[in-house]
Amino acid sequence: MSENAQLQELVGRGYQHGFVTDIESESLPPGLDEDTVRKISAIKREPQFLTEWRLKAFRHWLTMSEPHWAQVKVQPIDYQALSYYSAPKAKTDGPKSLDEVDPKLLATYEKLGVPLHERARLAGVAVDAVFDSVSVATTFKDRLEKAGVIFCSFSEATQKHPALIEQYLGSVVPHTDNYYACLNSAVFSDGSFVYIPKGVRCPMELSTYFRINAAKTGQFERTLIIADEGSHVSYLEGCTAPMRDENQLHAAVVELIALDHAEIKYSTVQNWYPGDENGVGGIYNFVTKRGECRGRHSKISWTQVETGSAITWKYPSCVLRGDNSVGEFYSVALANHRQQADTGTKMIHIGANTRSTIVSKGISAGRGQNAYRGLVKVLPSAHGARNFTQCDSLLMGGECGAHTFPYVEVKNPTATIEHEASTSRISEDQLFYCLQRGIAEEDAVNMIVNGFCKSVFKELPMEFAVEAQNLLAVSLEGAVG
Amino acid sequence: MLEIKDLRTKVGDREVLRGLNLAVRPGEVHAIMGPNGSGKSTLAYTLAGRPGYEVSGGSVAYRGKDLLGLAPEERAQAGVFLGFQYPVEIPGVNNVYLLKAALNAARKHRGLPEVDAFEFLTLVRDKMKLMQMDESFLSRGVNEGFSGGEKKRNEILQMLVLEPTLALLDETDSGLDIDALKIVAHGVNTLRSAERAIVLVTHYQRLLDYIKPDHVHVLARGQIIKSGAPELALELEERGYDWLLGEAA
Repeated sequence: MSENAQLQELVGRGYQHGFVTDIESESLPPGLDEDTVRKISAIKREPQFLTEWRLKAFRHWLTMSEPHWAQVKVQPIDYQALSYYSAPKAKTDGPKSLDEVDPKLLATYEKLGVPLHERARLAGVAVDAVFDSVSVATTFKDRLEKAGVIFCSFSEATQKHPALIEQYLGSVVPHTDNYYACLNSAVFSDGSFVYIPKGVRCPMELSTYFRINAAKTGQFERTLIIADEGSHVSYLEGCTAPMRDENQLHAAVVELIALDHAEIKYSTVQNWYPGDENGVGGIYNFVTKRGECRGRHSKISWTQVETGSAITWKYPSCVLRGDNSVGEFYSVALANHRQQADTGTKMIHIGANTRSTIVSKGISAGRGQNAYRGLVKVLPSAHGARNFTQCDSLLMGGECGAHTFPYVEVKNPTATIEHEASTSRISEDQLFYCLQRGIAEEDAVNMIVNGFCKSVFKELPMEFAVEAQNLLAVSLEGAVG
Repeated sequence: MLEIKDLRTKVGDREVLRGLNLAVRPGEVHAIMGPNGSGKSTLAYTLAGRPGYEVSGGSVAYRGKDLLGLAPEERAQAGVFLGFQYPVEIPGVNNVYLLKAALNAARKHRGLPEVDAFEFLTLVRDKMKLMQMDESFLSRGVNEGFSGGEKKRNEILQMLVLEPTLALLDETDSGLDIDALKIVAHGVNTLRSAERAIVLVTHYQRLLDYIKPDHVHVLARGQIIKSGAPELALELEERGYDWLLGEAA
């Protein structure tokens, strides 16, 4: 077998989360109009202000058109053919405790390696699991409540904490922000809500697990995290979906708010179904993630490992409003087969002495296309702002591509902006060196790629860093040109 | 241990090795000298199985078996070690991690279980002391930011940990100051034993002041054109290669 054929075979490892759970679900019929929006809001028994907000978003969405500026090729999406709500059928209105959750659902999460149950091996991590459109169960509630931390599904928060929702929802990503965020604002069905009170250090990692199960369903979840003054929280989201040969839309919105001296660390391990090697099927992952360092000395740190999805289109960003606030973005994005990734970040410096760091590692293999797109913007008010950007691309094989689009807008002369970029291949020298030490080709490539990603992986919480490495190993083995 | 017969190697369109013969028995140290471009590194790469070094004729038997039929990693696992002339940097991969993976690959080949973490560290620390290397080497990336001398010492460290049966050292002495040369030579000498063989590829006699070879060969135009006792190296140092090249032509 030629070396190239071996590589092809190694790269062609299958997606491991592609099973479908046979579970009865209640879905709204496909289609989208004001009535759909009202129905979703009614199912959720939402307060009036929220229904109005959704409708406002929907009416605005009708005036917008799909953006086409990204370095990706998208099949046209028929928004009327999608169902905007799908929920596993429950005996009552919703599970009150883990015991009431359908065992099949729990088994699904078990298969995914997300143990919901408190006794399970990820002890110390509180998990909120979102299955299709609704939040299924949140573990570790009691311990969090004792600390004063609110961690629940978005739906529950609208019932129990409407004042917080009304105050903060849309305050970072307004409903008019962009096409997909606007759509999400109209039809979002669930998601996670976190509030960390003043001075509290959240006693455990918080985690949400997203899974798309139903066919022809869009997933539109919404996450809102508020870290009050002097508080600290670390949050992780993971995602998977079954293998289906049509494209599925995932258009989420995540809003983070950090007040004075607060810190939010948000980590993502995204492994949505990427489609097959010919580019059939896979998730369209069009997500708006933005955090605002609203308070002084606050800090927001995004870490993402993006290995899945047919198309990834997301730019977790930081608005650095508070003086001395800090924004960070650490990213590993992989595009294999025919995957397309257009991802990066925006760092908007508004406050004085604000600092931001961007470390982006793009890996392209097969016919994957990987683009880094980043904006560093320094407004006139941001005296002494500093940014450091490092942007590295690794290519495997001759048919993939890496693209870098760094945008810099500086309106204050005291700013310091540094940008470093590199593009490299796994060199034959490196590979042969490892082989000569007796290490098999597949292991050698993993070793080299993991080394390339190390500065990002070290930002992940320990147990997820291991998961991320394994995920990368499965998604990409042996591709060398 | 190593029986090379009429070996021919092409690099691209060029035939670099043109019928090379060499026999190495267990316990021996052979020095291969020769002018630039004579094929010394090509010989080392061919034996290690580097892609792009195409064998167009001849045979190589290693411990009685065909070496050329093995993949590069299989040769390494079978105890063939190449100390590189220019060791490559692998950013972000710890030295200690690579070393452990390499050792475990060799152990697996011999049907042994993975090395115990504590035992491994004790072993590596011991060898590092021998090579006078700082503890911080372990956590640094493979050859990342190493000086030329540090890279060479790291090669010998790896060799000492892996304990190969046949060590091919490609210009291990180049770029070393006299102190580092002594350390490297000491490291190589500790590996000498009745079961092992070492092939030194070098330009200079000075390495051979510290590692005494049993045989010295002159490689020119892709062939061994002269073999002799250690004194041959001294003669080469004095007279250069021209007199031999004239003889061979």
